[in-house]
Amino acid sequence: MTSKYLIFLGCAVPYRVLSYEISARKVLAKLGVELVEMPEFNCCGLPLDPVSHETMLILAARNLALAEQAELNILTLCPGCAGTLKKVNKILKEDKTLREQINGHLKESDLEFKGTVETKHILQVLTEDVGLEKIRAAVVNPLTNLKVAEHVGCHLLRPKEYIGFDDPEDPQTLKRLIEATGATCLDYINETECCGAPSVGVSDEVALQLARDKLNHVKLVEAQALITICPFCHIMFDTNELRIERMFQETYGIPILHYPQLLGLALGIPPEELAFKELRVDTSKLLQVIGVNQT
Amino acid sequence: MTETATQREPIKASEIDPKFKYELSRMHGGEKILNCFQCGTCTSDCPVARFSDTYRPRTLIHMAKLGLKERVLNSDTLWLCAACFTCTDRCPQGVEVASVIRILRNLAAEKGFAPQVFKDQAASILESGYAYKIPTLRITKRETQGLPPLPKSNPEKIRKALKGVKFLENTEKEGKQNDQ
Repeated sequence: MTSKYLIFLGCAVPYRVLSYEISARKVLAKLGVELVEMPEFNCCGLPLDPVSHETMLILAARNLALAEQAELNILTLCPGCAGTLKKVNKILKEDKTLREQINGHLKESDLEFKGTVETKHILQVLTEDVGLEKIRAAVVNPLTNLKVAEHVGCHLLRPKEYIGFDDPEDPQTLKRLIEATGATCLDYINETECCGAPSVGVSDEVALQLARDKLNHVKLVEAQALITICPFCHIMFDTNELRIERMFQETYGIPILHYPQLLGLALGIPPEELAFKELRVDTSKLLQVIGVNQT
Repeated sequence: MTETATQREPIKASEIDPKFKYELSRMHGGEKILNCFQCGTCTSDCPVARFSDTYRPRTLIHMAKLGLKERVLNSDTLWLCAACFTCTDRCPQGVEVASVIRILRNLAAEKGFAPQVFKDQAASILESGYAYKIPTLRITKRETQGLPPLPKSNPEKIRKALKGVKFLENTEKEGKQNDQ
């Protein structure tokens, strides 16, 4: 059975984190998940929720209505987009008055929110649609020499009342997916804590301290890489790692990989096809450990 | 107003709006605010509070419940919440703490107090559909990397859908003034 999804890229991925998109598309294609491009797009709405909840609802409902027209469920790479679309879908399905009000805004574009599609983050599609067994069977290069740590971030898990995925206090999905590649997934302190990204632009200092705290804990367990599944978390750790090192006189040298990059290596996809060159933190040592040569 | 001033100046009876908490409890996400008994779980579990000397979700909820409307809406720390929703998930009284803070931010934004970063993102969405101005270089790079073109957005339809939303109308007005 192949599964087919509308891919919702969001804004952060095409803006700054192409490596995530490139590796995700490669891996999904290899595992038989078919992707269809969004017929039309606008931001999921999350960035404007702090200043206008109504705007967020309208923008999210618009995307859901577009997907309903295309009669396809949505797959997102960004947990922020997934969380927002899931949350708004639930809110509008349950609250008739609000649904009518929001649909009033969509009417002029001949769109209507009906609540007939589902949104899944890539992690969810990999576990629920593809399944761990199929992933394990597809591994040609088991990453048995590798010990990594994971960072799921916030919006794939919380608020639990709206998201209803995994256990927000002790999430297991990403761990199991990492283990499916043959790698070991290490536990560390405050695994579920925020990376700090949403505070960037308001207080960069607070944001970077949060990221630093996480990197310190990851370093403590001697993880050879940190695995992320969110463009914002990835920016906080990969793009900012050198900056944090300079700012706080720390040394990390911890490569930050998108989960599809890690999985891609295990599936035998060469690192250049998984956009390893786009990463800021040097990954050459890591690739040596698992016996993959980068050209 | 500085944080010290908003939090430490003596409270005058005249600045208290006793109806404020009821207003909040009628808004989506604020329904349970009256249940807060100030246990402090939100603050003790807040990752931002660990690195900020001023951001305390419990204090913000308390100020709102007391009816210190102007003070809480003027507070700079309101904008430090990272929306990680840990407080919401762990509140023993079922208060959606992060959502109450979002409501307070929304009200502050209507008064024009939003940090620039949000105004920039709003302007970008109205103009291009995307929250950031994606550089042409990135768009051309997609092709060389074998990625499909970016999905098109329809800014005109987006603006139509957002007609009547207060914060965005203010953003548009500001944008036009800046262009002149």
